Amino acid sequence: MIRVVDLYKSFGTQQVLKGVNLEFVTGKTTTIVGTSGCGKTVLLKHLNLLLRPDRGAILIDGTDITKLKQKDLYEIRSRFGVLFQGAALLDSMTIFDNVAFPLRERTDLNETEIQKKVDDRLEQVGLEGMGYKFPAELSGGMRKRAGLARALVTDPEIVLFDEPTTGLDPILASSIHQLIARTQRTFGFTAVVVSHTIPQVFDISDYVAILANGVIEEIKPSREFQASKNPIVQQFIRGETEGPIQVL
Amino acid sequence: MLFFLGQIGSYTLRQLSEMGRIFLFLLSAVGLAFRPPAKFRLIVYHLKTIGVDSLSVVLLSGFFTGMVMGFQFYYSLRKFNAESWLGSAAALSLLRELGPVLSAFMVTGRTGSAMAAELGTMRATEQIDALSSMAINPVKYLVSPRIIASLIAMPLLTAIFDVVGIFGAYLIGVGLLGVSSGSYFAGMDTSVVFQDVYSGFIKSLSFGLIITWVCCYKGFNAPPMATGVSRATTESVVLSFVLVLVWDYFLTSIML
Repeated sequence: MIRVVDLYKSFGTQQVLKGVNLEFVTGKTTTIVGTSGCGKTVLLKHLNLLLRPDRGAILIDGTDITKLKQKDLYEIRSRFGVLFQGAALLDSMTIFDNVAFPLRERTDLNETEIQKKVDDRLEQVGLEGMGYKFPAELSGGMRKRAGLARALVTDPEIVLFDEPTTGLDPILASSIHQLIARTQRTFGFTAVVVSHTIPQVFDISDYVAILANGVIEEIKPSREFQASKNPIVQQFIRGETEGPIQVL
Repeated sequence: MLFFLGQIGSYTLRQLSEMGRIFLFLLSAVGLAFRPPAKFRLIVYHLKTIGVDSLSVVLLSGFFTGMVMGFQFYYSLRKFNAESWLGSAAALSLLRELGPVLSAFMVTGRTGSAMAAELGTMRATEQIDALSSMAINPVKYLVSPRIIASLIAMPLLTAIFDVVGIFGAYLIGVGLLGVSSGSYFAGMDTSVVFQDVYSGFIKSLSFGLIITWVCCYKGFNAPPMATGVSRATTESVVLSFVLVLVWDYFLTSIML
């Protein structure tokens, strides 16, 4: 169970998070939606402490990770997989080496075991036989799938998805959403997705939360969220410029 | 007036805090370099990028520097009828000063700038965040091997610069201007002592550390955008040049 308690974060004079409270249910997919620049990625990067909060706590199984020492923090991070917005593949390595990287660095598996595991993951994301290519030789969608294979290769308990479909066409975006849903069902990890792709995210999410004005304005099961009477939720779903969310 | 004083205070605090961060970065990178497991493969890779890839520019600059020194020293020494000391003058200036400083400049331009740009791009494209998120210490993975590689490569590059420079001065002095080959090497043999070689070695070692430290720090902390990367690259080169010269002054004053 991950719990975010009263989280504050600012950059210079700009206050991005103003007391976020949120719970992520173990083994379920929770999607955080919100307008561009509202702080979704900032919130996501706090969950494995890539960013440190100004104030507040992040509890993982009851442990406040903001108070951990560096060594213990790495232990916690090894329970996470992350799919970054641009996939963040190491561009000096092939796709195979990128996916194998966390296994080579963090485990005692031999090369045969690594080869098998990486091949399995590449097959699961539809990139079988593409391991020899470099990230620059792949399309945006293929890079995201390679990033997903890398995020899943260590069998993480929690996977963070940072805008997994940004910059992709609707068909490719749907295929990535389906891939996330399928892998989540297969591996049973806790998924936290940051996205603003409405309505597709409703299909893959168990819970949906909306971040607006620096706080979580609403979190509900996916169907209930869509039917919510909250004017912020409705403005966001309908894509209206007038309403409680200040756009410009 | 109060506003003005406040601005100065705020600027000073920012600079002090930046200095603190840059020193902590060095301590962390050096500390992690000695913590197992050692990254031998990465050290060898960076030995290639810092050492082998800088070799051609070091050879070329060393050779031409030596040839220019051949002309300049011959011109100066002839005024005192002391042309036979050409070898000694060239060797001493190269071993003690020009070799370490100029090869440090070449490595900064050739490799240091590339380091800053590469790490800056990795920051901008979230590759450094990706390493952290995979529970891999990015300083240990990206910076420590570069520091070890530069500590090995810089003295070797400086030695090559010295040898090629002495040969360049020999070509001009002996081959073109008629200084006797025997007096060129005899002068060198009598005047160059181990302390000269040692001071050049210490300088090259510390310059290697300064270049890698500054360039990695600037790249590692570059703002995640194109202008941020370009600014970090420029700053890394300028700061490396300045620090090399300032540190050279202190080392020279201690080791003379």
